[in-house]
Amino acid sequence: MLIDWQPVWLTLKLATLTTVLLLLIGTPIAWWLSQTGSRFRHAISAVVALPIVLPPTVLGFYLLVFLGPHGPGGAFTTWLGLGTLPFTFAGLVVASVFYSLPFVVQPIQNAFEAIGKRPLEVAATLGAGPWDRFFSVAVPLARPGFLSAMVLGFAHTVGEFGVVLMIGGNIPGETKVLSVAIYDHVETLEYAQAHILSAGMVGFAFVVLLGLYLVNGRFTSASARHEGRA
Amino acid sequence: MKTGETMMKRSLLMVLALLGATQVHADEVSVAVAANFTDATRDIIPLFEQASGHTVKVSFGSTGKLYAQIENGAPFEVFLAADSKRPEKAEAAGLAVSGSRFTYAMGKLALWSSQGGMWSDAGAWLKAGDFQKLAIANPKTAPYGLAAEQVMQSLGMWDLLQSKLVQGDSIAQTFQFVASGNARAGFVAGSQVYGWQGDAGTLWEIPQSLYEPIRQQAVLLAKGNQHAAAEAFLEFLKSDAARAVIVRYGYGVE
Repeated sequence: MLIDWQPVWLTLKLATLTTVLLLLIGTPIAWWLSQTGSRFRHAISAVVALPIVLPPTVLGFYLLVFLGPHGPGGAFTTWLGLGTLPFTFAGLVVASVFYSLPFVVQPIQNAFEAIGKRPLEVAATLGAGPWDRFFSVAVPLARPGFLSAMVLGFAHTVGEFGVVLMIGGNIPGETKVLSVAIYDHVETLEYAQAHILSAGMVGFAFVVLLGLYLVNGRFTSASARHEGRA
Repeated sequence: MKTGETMMKRSLLMVLALLGATQVHADEVSVAVAANFTDATRDIIPLFEQASGHTVKVSFGSTGKLYAQIENGAPFEVFLAADSKRPEKAEAAGLAVSGSRFTYAMGKLALWSSQGGMWSDAGAWLKAGDFQKLAIANPKTAPYGLAAEQVMQSLGMWDLLQSKLVQGDSIAQTFQFVASGNARAGFVAGSQVYGWQGDAGTLWEIPQSLYEPIRQQAVLLAKGNQHAAAEAFLEFLKSDAARAVIVRYGYGVE
């Protein structure tokens, strides 16, 4: 029996790229949300959390309209010489960044908030500038949050389906990711292939979550011991 | 406690009443329809409901998807496919009533762009390849996608156009890709173009010699066996009233 592994690699590529981009985009947002007293912060939090609540079809629909040739996003990318993004790998990356944003921002934000003001104030009195405080105090202390964010962002992107079905166009090697490949196998009654890929996904998801809980559990018990000593 | 019990009894009664209410409409027929036949079905249903007093519940999708659902026990009673292969398979597998199968329409494939003046010679336009995306339906699940593949094979352009192809999940999504302009052009069902209310765009009615006939067959499914409404719907599909609608959408009839 022939198993096409291309969707697996494509999915890993998409999830990796999306996770890296989301760490770059999500970290400043999470930091701002954790530190600001701005009255807009609840509104921004709500916007970030939207993809958790919305059906993927809403996101898919807007991306199709916004990034298509008649949409402002499509006009912009065409002006840049990139063409339009629906049906391209780049389009999937853009969609995934929106789709998985809350899964990266929220764990990091929670971790930043858990640090509290004190360690940062202490660092400031010791003469650390804002960048130094961020990179040598906040980020290391928020490590469990970053780990959760990476794992959840990656895993959530791997699990993406509805958006890809709407803006992907099922192109092998370009937009035919694992979830769509499974859907295709099921629809063509190729259950053996669907079984192998699906069982692989179940195993993957379990291992990822188990690893996350184990590592986070170690962090928590380590910090509990640490606090006990102090 | 007592009020809780009464409340529970009352809601149970309500649920039973609702169940009963759906039982009253026992002459409802559940039909699975290939996506290309969507517009025609929407026109045929009110005619049928008026003529027969039965009601119709319809699900649209690609022929392959619907067949997979039927195989997995979907509660459809009638299947209007976009090919003869799946109805034959259903019959052979005992999922359909043998002898109930007939061709209700001959499908026509078209190359269509939502922009006007796109080509004068479609073959030359395809060969020049001055476009980013060309939409087809998934050939594995949609008979119109298979026909599109045959056309490109006949023209000797299948390999040439590979990198430009985007696949719709059904012919409905394929049409949407083209209508929204996300794909410059696409192989769609002629019936979709005739049913389209927007700009005429550019149309190539593809010669029948380039693809195998799209023999769209209807079949009575096992779940609709002995069900008057299901049988009546299939009979109505052969009536002059239904055939007039079918022809209006550009299909051929036998």
